[in-house]
Amino acid sequence: MKKLLTVSLLGLAIAAGTAQARDYDHVRFGVDVPYEPMEYRDADGELTGFDIELGNALCAEIGVTCEWIEQEWDGIIPGLLARNYDAIMSSMTINDERRQTVLFSDPYITIPGAWFAPAGSEIEEINEEALADKSIGVQRGTTFDSYVTDNYGGVANISRYSTADDMVLDLQSQRLDLVFLEFIVGQVTLLENHEGEYQVVGEMVTEPEEYFGEGFGIAFRLRDEALAERFNEALATLKEDGTYDEIFERYFGEE
Amino acid sequence: MEWFNALLADNRIFTPNTIAFYWEGLVTTTQLVFLSLLVGLVLAVPLAIGRSSRHRWISLPIYVYTYVFRGTPLLIQLYIIYYGVVFFDGIQETFLWPMLREAFYPALIAFTLNTAAYTTEIFRGAIKATSRGEIEAARAYGMSPGLTMRRIILPSAFRRALPAYGNEVIFMLHASAIASVVTLMDLTGAARFVYARFYAPFEAFLFAAAIYLCLTFAILFFFRWLEKRLLAHLRPQSG
Repeated sequence: MKKLLTVSLLGLAIAAGTAQARDYDHVRFGVDVPYEPMEYRDADGELTGFDIELGNALCAEIGVTCEWIEQEWDGIIPGLLARNYDAIMSSMTINDERRQTVLFSDPYITIPGAWFAPAGSEIEEINEEALADKSIGVQRGTTFDSYVTDNYGGVANISRYSTADDMVLDLQSQRLDLVFLEFIVGQVTLLENHEGEYQVVGEMVTEPEEYFGEGFGIAFRLRDEALAERFNEALATLKEDGTYDEIFERYFGEE
Repeated sequence: MEWFNALLADNRIFTPNTIAFYWEGLVTTTQLVFLSLLVGLVLAVPLAIGRSSRHRWISLPIYVYTYVFRGTPLLIQLYIIYYGVVFFDGIQETFLWPMLREAFYPALIAFTLNTAAYTTEIFRGAIKATSRGEIEAARAYGMSPGLTMRRIILPSAFRRALPAYGNEVIFMLHASAIASVVTLMDLTGAARFVYARFYAPFEAFLFAAAIYLCLTFAILFFFRWLEKRLLAHLRPQSG
């Protein structure tokens, strides 16, 4: 009995050892859905979006299979560390705070943030005075949450949501005066899906880098340097051979 | 003490800023739970009397109400009251909107209706358990049904209901943790915010849990004291 235990423990130790240095042939991505057009379900319930298609193309390039696992945003990094999946590809902004916990790939896209309000809103520009006592919606735990909290937390009421959907619902019901979203997400969910009902207020926000970082990256566990390197190489290849541009144009048009 | 200072020195989570978040969360939780329990209690007394009525047209509607609110999860009730109300056309123009607009009042309404349903059933049980002898004695003294209710049934029913009600208060405190799903920054909301910002689930939630524990202890001691005073006649006489 004791021997059996020793042997099985030994087996476990070896298995764990190989798991640490293993070469992935199957990569599981954590993703927070919906965040149209980056990641969402289409009319048939199929998972799609810019991140999903690019991720699948990257996996094909590397020669691994991939799987998408849905996870709410505020638990997405802990889920990676807990090995629920091997990488995060979910519109995640690269910044120093996150770099302490995860390893980022090269940025694969840069998208500014923007303020959205109902059409005809009295708010015309974004400053502390205009936002005084206004209700602002943000997604909890995002860099946008930190940006709005640090800059306007003293004057405005900030409501934090688990999903972008709940936030849009509350903007529609007039509970919120403004939401702060990635421009491209707001463009699809608010400007296109509800034509004429919403407008962008003020300028697009891309600064300071402390919050808006260098763009979106794929996040890996710190020790998975080899895997991140493989994705970086694949990303470079896809950018060269035109696959990247093709996917980009499908979601954001020519630019 | 040195290790304690060292711990504080390289702790990047519990800054004055996040402590302020927790404090606001504590205030919100306390307000929410206290107000909903208070209003729930006031509602529950007449409802419990109605629920024990012999007339079915009084007791049946109250039974349906308590059945629905005890038979569905509080989280669902909260979602319906918070997200559901906005689908009534024109709700934004009514006098109710300034209240429903905030996350606080929908949460308060949901919690109040929920705790009122449970408290009604607790009181009804206590009222039903009044011994026949006491009621017959009251009648023999010529007391009217109203006077019997006020002087005989209710005082003893409240005493009997006290331990069960103490549990309901603690359940309510713990149930209030779901308020953060409708953006309310209660104690759990503060913990979720800190968790999401620093990716530190243990620190963020353990701190919140410790505060909940303190609150629960305070409630426990209050009810123990109350029971000692009000149920003194039921304790074995030492002597």
